[in-house]
Amino acid sequence: MMTRRELCESGSRRIRNQNAESAKMKTSVWDRTGKQIRLISRDPFLLIVIVLILASLIVFILYPLFRVIAMSVFQDGRFSLSVLGEVFASWYLRRAFLNSVMMGALTAVFGAIIGFLFAFSVSRTDIPLKKFLHIMAIIPIISPPFIGALSIIMLFGNNGLITWSLLKINNFQIYGFRGLLIAQVVTFFPVAYITLRGVLESISPTLEDAALDLGGSRWKVFRRVTLPLAIPGIASAMLVLFVETLADFGNPLILAGSQFPILSVQAYLQITGMYDLPKGSALALILLVPSVSVYFLQKYWVSRKQYVTVTGKPTQSSPKIVSPAVKWLLFASCLLVAAFILLIYATILWGAFARVWGSDNSLTLQHFRYVFGVGFKAVKDTLIVAGLSTPLAGVLGMIIAFLVVRKTFPGKRFMELSSMLSFAVPGTVIGIGYVLAFNSRPLLLTGTLLILLLNFIFRYIPVGIQSGVAILRQVDASIEEAAIDLGADANRTFRKVTLPLMVPAFFSGLIYSFVRAMTAISAAIFLVSSSWHLMTVQIMSQVESGRLGAAAAFSVILVGIILAAIILIRSALSLRYGRMGGTMLKI
Amino acid sequence: MSVRLVNISKIFPSPDTPHKQVVAVKAVELEINDGEMVTLLGPSGCGKTTTLRIISGFEMPTTGDVWIEGQKVNDLPPNRRDTSMVFQSYAIFPHLSVAQNIGFGLELKGWKAARIREEVERIMEVMNLKDMYHRRPDQLSGGQQQRVALARAIINKPSVLLFDEPLSNLDAKLRELMRVEIRRIQQTFKITSVYVTHDQAEAMTVSDRIVVMNDGEVMQIGTPFEIYSRPANLFVADFIGKVNLIEGRITDTKGETYAVEYKTGSKTISSAAAALQKGQKILTVVRPESLRLAKPQSPDSVLLLGKVVKIVYLGPTVEYELSVDGLKRTIAAVVSNPIEAGFFDIGEEVAIDFHPQAAHLIPAEE
Repeated sequence: MMTRRELCESGSRRIRNQNAESAKMKTSVWDRTGKQIRLISRDPFLLIVIVLILASLIVFILYPLFRVIAMSVFQDGRFSLSVLGEVFASWYLRRAFLNSVMMGALTAVFGAIIGFLFAFSVSRTDIPLKKFLHIMAIIPIISPPFIGALSIIMLFGNNGLITWSLLKINNFQIYGFRGLLIAQVVTFFPVAYITLRGVLESISPTLEDAALDLGGSRWKVFRRVTLPLAIPGIASAMLVLFVETLADFGNPLILAGSQFPILSVQAYLQITGMYDLPKGSALALILLVPSVSVYFLQKYWVSRKQYVTVTGKPTQSSPKIVSPAVKWLLFASCLLVAAFILLIYATILWGAFARVWGSDNSLTLQHFRYVFGVGFKAVKDTLIVAGLSTPLAGVLGMIIAFLVVRKTFPGKRFMELSSMLSFAVPGTVIGIGYVLAFNSRPLLLTGTLLILLLNFIFRYIPVGIQSGVAILRQVDASIEEAAIDLGADANRTFRKVTLPLMVPAFFSGLIYSFVRAMTAISAAIFLVSSSWHLMTVQIMSQVESGRLGAAAAFSVILVGIILAAIILIRSALSLRYGRMGGTMLKI
Repeated sequence: MSVRLVNISKIFPSPDTPHKQVVAVKAVELEINDGEMVTLLGPSGCGKTTTLRIISGFEMPTTGDVWIEGQKVNDLPPNRRDTSMVFQSYAIFPHLSVAQNIGFGLELKGWKAARIREEVERIMEVMNLKDMYHRRPDQLSGGQQQRVALARAIINKPSVLLFDEPLSNLDAKLRELMRVEIRRIQQTFKITSVYVTHDQAEAMTVSDRIVVMNDGEVMQIGTPFEIYSRPANLFVADFIGKVNLIEGRITDTKGETYAVEYKTGSKTISSAAAALQKGQKILTVVRPESLRLAKPQSPDSVLLLGKVVKIVYLGPTVEYELSVDGLKRTIAAVVSNPIEAGFFDIGEEVAIDFHPQAAHLIPAEE
């Protein structure tokens, strides 16, 4: 500490001398770093927090990724591309890569189209039942991502309600490309809907009014004004969809089948089925590269291209961009999609109460008895893991958001990037990374609650960071400066001023990461053990062993818990902040 | 000496080009006495806010030292400096009540709740904030928010009170009211204050002394009278109020009294920004309200002969714009009480004169 202080002081003396000579002379990076350290070390608490966070980001995000890369390109301590070569030599694994990319691209296209359809209809027309359509489009986000796959099997599978019970088709092939694409689009179009709705709502209707006023036809105005303004948003939504689909694990595990290999599932099978760590890691690495590059392309390039057209008060304008005929056409299409989503959830609900799905659909509670009996440990464990990791991830996310927005320190950019990285890294990759990184001393965590907690915390900090950054950018920095000026140190300023201001963002982030933690599967499936089990993993193994009823019952309970948690947090916020509180939450 | 700035400079990395630098404050020297109110005045980007933030500790000076109450505070973070700031945006904590806002600093000092309450009530009384105790910030008007921000800063009895353009968010009428109010409160508590503004009328009203800044440098330090009537240079003369700069030449010097020759007449003037030489070209600083206009009598008694080119009738005053042969700039004159003083028409010839005491000489820049 002393030596660092001395170093810094000599550094700043050097700066002073330099500046005395010439104000225009450049200060080197090191001088600036030294000065930044000197600034922070005026507040030791802040310094400790920064060092701790940087250290834990390295250990729990970067180190596991490093292990995955090392495992796939190092053989007996020497650099070698033989494992990667092996992977690409295999026709089957090559297919897996191509399938994954193709599935990602197609989901992006169809998801963006349906998402835009919903977003445009809800924000730009006066169709009825907007609230209902909104809820239908939101539900897939707050439920486990593989519910689509499960329901599609129950509808179109061998014992499927539609294919077998209704149409009496034997051996209808739903596994593979067709089924998976439907499941992925249903699962991920809501992400596009939310993004595009934000984009469309930020386009002032007065722009359309102006274009109409200048004599444009409705179609022309849409093509020349509305659509071009939404293009960056559409591109951004498509890239996000691509990354999410590529990383998805649950739907392909259930629906892809052996004829249509998918990268994330193959990586999982290599490790848990064949115990081939190098090959599993190599597949993970192949999965990692497109995900991370597309993610950062989206985040730092496309999302910057977005137009900002709103200034001042939102202007009132009645929707007139679509003709009545088009309006009803849009409405009908939205209803159709909503009806399909409703069908999916109704199927799950019915399946949970049906004795043997497909052959004996009479009602029973036996599946729920199973869930609350043999399966109850998984329910309890899931609640513990999600209940503990979510608030911790939320607080950590808020602290990082605060540091990144408000403070200057060496390593700030690194902190920002590495903490956002876990959004971009597919769960499968991080799961494998945790298996590799924490199976030996001093970090022997395999099979413990701690490994699940750490994994969930560091996977879901970006949620907190994003909402924290958003709110901090709105709060004038001088509010915190006022607290400091009145004598509060960094710790007290954060606790007494910043944190209370971030509470609404904190809770909406909390809900989102709670949902993600409850429904997580891709990384968690590598980390569960006999002592710590999760509902999502239970659902998977029930599906695999053909017990669709139990899987459906588990899913119903899971969605029920999530809904209960959302309602609980919302009403708690309404109590604390009045009617405003409830609407503070996005979902 | 309450505040002393010694050779303060601040260099920022340029926000646009990564390796360029911006000099925000250049070698500023300033001494502020106990109980004095000093205003940093200048156009936007002149470094006045940066200087204020260096005193408060929010910015570290690149060079130089900051002294507060005889103590060098360079290494003290803002929370440990005995300064309180009134922010431009007021920075009222939106999640706390008015009383909690005002008592925030005392709470941090660890005062007992009852004592905080007593003190907060006392200060609210002085600040005309009675009955606002439990109000939330969003239920306050702009002027009330301003008072809360001021009360919150004053209650800590800081060695130095800092104001960062505190009135710029208020409407014109309230601004005039509040600047008198701020001066009253500063005088009541005798708090050493530094006030930043770009509004010269505001600076004139609240300050004991004004520091005029431009491009990071101090242009002049002086009382409002000195800044207005005896500007040190062209920038100060031009920045503060409307001004006439009449070209002339020194024909004779006698101590600090100068004989100045103009186009048609001459004058003896004893106020100058710097020592002047015989034969030197100068500019005479005369404010429009100091000019005397009259119908020309005999041609030899006229100092300057102008022609009316524009008239603006404002009611209590009339503003004339006059062109004088051989002068680069037109001359602005304000005539108060025009009914008694008489009116001039466009195109009319007018004799222009001024009292020697109302004039101030600065060297003409080549």
